[in-house]
Amino acid sequence: MKQTPLYQMHIESQGKMVDFVGWEMPLNYGSQIEEHHQVRRDAGMFDVSHMSVVDFKGAEAKAFLQVLIANDVDKLKTQGKALYSCMLNKSGGVVDDLIVYYQNDEYYRMVINAGTTEKDMVWINVQANGFDVSVERMSDLAMIAVQGPNARAKVFTAMPGLEEVCGELKPFNAASLGGLFIARTGYTGEDGFEIMLPSSSVKFTWQMLLEAGVKPCGLGARDTLRLEAGMSLYGSEMSDEVSPLEAALTWTVDLVNENRAFIGRDALEALKEKGVERTIVGLVLEGKGVIRDHQKVITSLSEGEITSGIFSPTMGKAIALASVPRGSTGKCEIEIRKKQVCAKIVKPPFVRNGKVLV
Amino acid sequence: MSEIREDRQYTQTHEWILDHGDGTYTMGITDHAQALLGDMVFVELSNVDDEVSIEDEFCVVESVKVASSVHAPADLQIIKANEALDDEPELINSSCYDDGWLVKFKSHSVDDLMDAATYAQTLD
Repeated sequence: MKQTPLYQMHIESQGKMVDFVGWEMPLNYGSQIEEHHQVRRDAGMFDVSHMSVVDFKGAEAKAFLQVLIANDVDKLKTQGKALYSCMLNKSGGVVDDLIVYYQNDEYYRMVINAGTTEKDMVWINVQANGFDVSVERMSDLAMIAVQGPNARAKVFTAMPGLEEVCGELKPFNAASLGGLFIARTGYTGEDGFEIMLPSSSVKFTWQMLLEAGVKPCGLGARDTLRLEAGMSLYGSEMSDEVSPLEAALTWTVDLVNENRAFIGRDALEALKEKGVERTIVGLVLEGKGVIRDHQKVITSLSEGEITSGIFSPTMGKAIALASVPRGSTGKCEIEIRKKQVCAKIVKPPFVRNGKVLV
Repeated sequence: MSEIREDRQYTQTHEWILDHGDGTYTMGITDHAQALLGDMVFVELSNVDDEVSIEDEFCVVESVKVASSVHAPADLQIIKANEALDDEPELINSSCYDDGWLVKFKSHSVDDLMDAATYAQTLD
């Protein structure tokens, strides 16, 4: 199994290591629920060095990304500005979801999922044929996500000099400082930074963050936090077979510029014409129990399926994202161990910035 | 290292049984099991007076990670269920041998259990 440069730090913090898409990663460091609360109430950090950073450089970098991804990088005008998008196949299915950061019209940085990296790199390189663009995976970069209401303040304590550069950084923007790339983004529904830095210095930075009172958090808490925040997980809410229109990600598909022939556009427009039949909704269980992935959902219209189900530590209830017939509202039933349990259909997010919204 | 108590007997599926010597027993899951499962978030127990056949799934403990069935170690009848677990399933994590017990039951005999030393060997 592959290990990140922080592997030894996880072992020292009693991380419970598991195989995550071929990477030996911490599931938790004792209590997943405490780690979850730590991020909602104070500050926690995640080793996300298994994710891949890919740089796009060249005269046609912009033109290429306008074809490669479904959102339009033409929206990005200022250095460091970030954009969330899906990268589609020709059938409109999602190859991966990603964040792209603007440096200038000839230089963009992208962060893609760990489990899809090999597939993505093959796909991207094939599509890049004929464009004046270089595609380089930055294997030497590690990444730490520091998240929570006190995350930024604690990062500034741990990393002297950073506040001058990042103190005024707005959400969904990034700044560079030497070999550091600091983005005010995340996957938890809380404020914070995602910090990319050379692998050689990541252990030192992790140690400084520990000393500033930032607690390490594992993949378990990362999943419950992102689900409470109503954020999609590649492979659960969308996949090669599910388009963004069927995954409540229509807002990430930009059809405004009619001349922009991005990959998958024809398929999406045909699907729109024909009528989109499914969508992703949020569910809150009203009875007792825990919702799990792939359980059957029965709505007033027809059947659906749980795409991600968890017990929400913030709400103290079972919640889920589910793929259901479009237009499903009100109450539904979830089949939990052969029993039907009532749930309420809601619009995600469930929790943002420490507050319950549903 | 998991805690194993000398005064109990154990199943291969990581439950402990405490024999009160009067045909009644208390049952729970072991320290090893609770550590593997992680933070508990929901427990579904059988009702008092329910009669359960050996090997039937009669309780479910759910952690943040997974739902796990608890099987009956013998033909038995439930005499008490730990209602505290309704509101505090985490008692199984913090006190699996004491406050986090699952059920008390009566049975004619509970066979094929391991003593503490034998159970300890299965964890190696």
